Amino acid sequence: MLAIAIAASAWIGEVSIARLVRGLPLAADYVAGTLPRLRLDHFLADLAHWMWGVEDWALLLADTLLIAYVGTVLGGMIALLLSFPAAATLAPPWIVTIIRRALELMRTVPTLVLALIFVYAFGLGAFAGMLAIAVHTAGSLGKLFAEEHENASLTQMEAVRAAGGTWAAQMRFGIFPQSLPGVLSYGLLRFEINVREASVLGIVGAGGIGEELYLAVRQFEYQDISAILVLILVTVAAIDLLCGRLRRSVLGAAT
Amino acid sequence: MTKLRLTTPLLFTLLFLLLLGGLWRMDASSDRILNGIMKLGWLVALMWPPSAGGVLPELLVSLMESLAMAFLGTLLAALVALPLALLGAGNIVGNIFLRFSVRRLYDGLRGIDTLIWALIFVSAVGMGPFAGILALAVPDIGVLSKLFSEALETADKRQVEAVRASGANRVLAVRIGLIPQVAPIILSQILYTLESNARSSTVLGIVGAGGIGLALSDRIRINNWDEVAFIILLILVMVAAIDWGSRKLRMKIIRAA
Repeated sequence: MLAIAIAASAWIGEVSIARLVRGLPLAADYVAGTLPRLRLDHFLADLAHWMWGVEDWALLLADTLLIAYVGTVLGGMIALLLSFPAAATLAPPWIVTIIRRALELMRTVPTLVLALIFVYAFGLGAFAGMLAIAVHTAGSLGKLFAEEHENASLTQMEAVRAAGGTWAAQMRFGIFPQSLPGVLSYGLLRFEINVREASVLGIVGAGGIGEELYLAVRQFEYQDISAILVLILVTVAAIDLLCGRLRRSVLGAAT
Repeated sequence: MTKLRLTTPLLFTLLFLLLLGGLWRMDASSDRILNGIMKLGWLVALMWPPSAGGVLPELLVSLMESLAMAFLGTLLAALVALPLALLGAGNIVGNIFLRFSVRRLYDGLRGIDTLIWALIFVSAVGMGPFAGILALAVPDIGVLSKLFSEALETADKRQVEAVRASGANRVLAVRIGLIPQVAPIILSQILYTLESNARSSTVLGIVGAGGIGLALSDRIRINNWDEVAFIILLILVMVAAIDWGSRKLRMKIIRAA
């Protein structure tokens, strides 16, 4: 059965071993072509030549991070609001079902498709990209937060209710303190993912470094491609490292 | 504890200011937001009822192309990731420098988004699904290698030693003593990757790397919003179907193991 599936997809995907063999050296050549010429004797000069646009690129990268940050925070706030009525232990079943379906819809439509639509509605630029990220984030975090709330013990909530607290107060004081470490940790994880996503939004005109990269690829500015990719990689690695630390300290503080 | 109490409000203020600054930098004026929401409402109205625009067979073929790309991309990634994972696992390769550099290679592959790889492969090997397959496979090689080597490291050592003790060489010891232990984990991670690729493969067409994405971005460009809605629905149905099938398979694997 696996063999049939492979054959069928190879046929639809227009792939053959011959094509693969022909294609791979092309891809390797292309990658080799993007590598900068860095000689040891004029290393600094070569580096400066390679990274000639670093000031613009750094600004665009900062924009990319900003898109990811604002998108994560706004999306996370929506997710938090929706996560309480989406938790099966905290709300009536029909509300849970409705909210869960809505969250599913928000996270299944690809971010890039949302970005295309928002660019059309809100105009070119970072705002559209941020919204796309916020919607997707709300969908995926909403589900994870809800599961976090479902794991919380109900006794504290009942205590708040016994003291006459409203539903909102029960959530705020009975459930939220218990799920806070999980919420923060998932939020940080989502931020890491969003930084990666934000780096490509520029391809559809939704702001950030992607636009510059798209231009470089389109105009065959080989060395610029590798320079921008290296900058993206360094940024992503730095964010991963930072978020990993923060996550561990959040989870460590909780236990 | 007192330190935490002093810094928390300060941190919140700073983060909140960053949020406002970010919104300001993105030109989020109330005018723009209102206008945008009106336009969005108008778009949604135009989307109803969704319509295939009379080219349903063509759309289904491109949807199948996306699915085929996801499948072959995952397969290719898994095939390459397995040997790489062996090189990165601490209990198989003793050389710490080799292990370190292999692990940085995984990080590098993972750090760049599929769509960027798609851009690169489209200009390297030309437009079409082949570029898409490569673009899906490359970052997955990084992800899967990392997950596989973590799985390998948690495996039980005694079975490997038993095979070694019976006189087998190292390769055979890994093949018989180690791989069977981690096979269920590896299979279910491959299934997860397939699910994620089924999602990613639907947008690769936007940069010319094959699949349904091209049809979608074309319809948006020429403002045929009813067809846009139809294509998005098609994508949602396919993603749901793949998730469902993959969950069934995973359950089977876990139960068998």
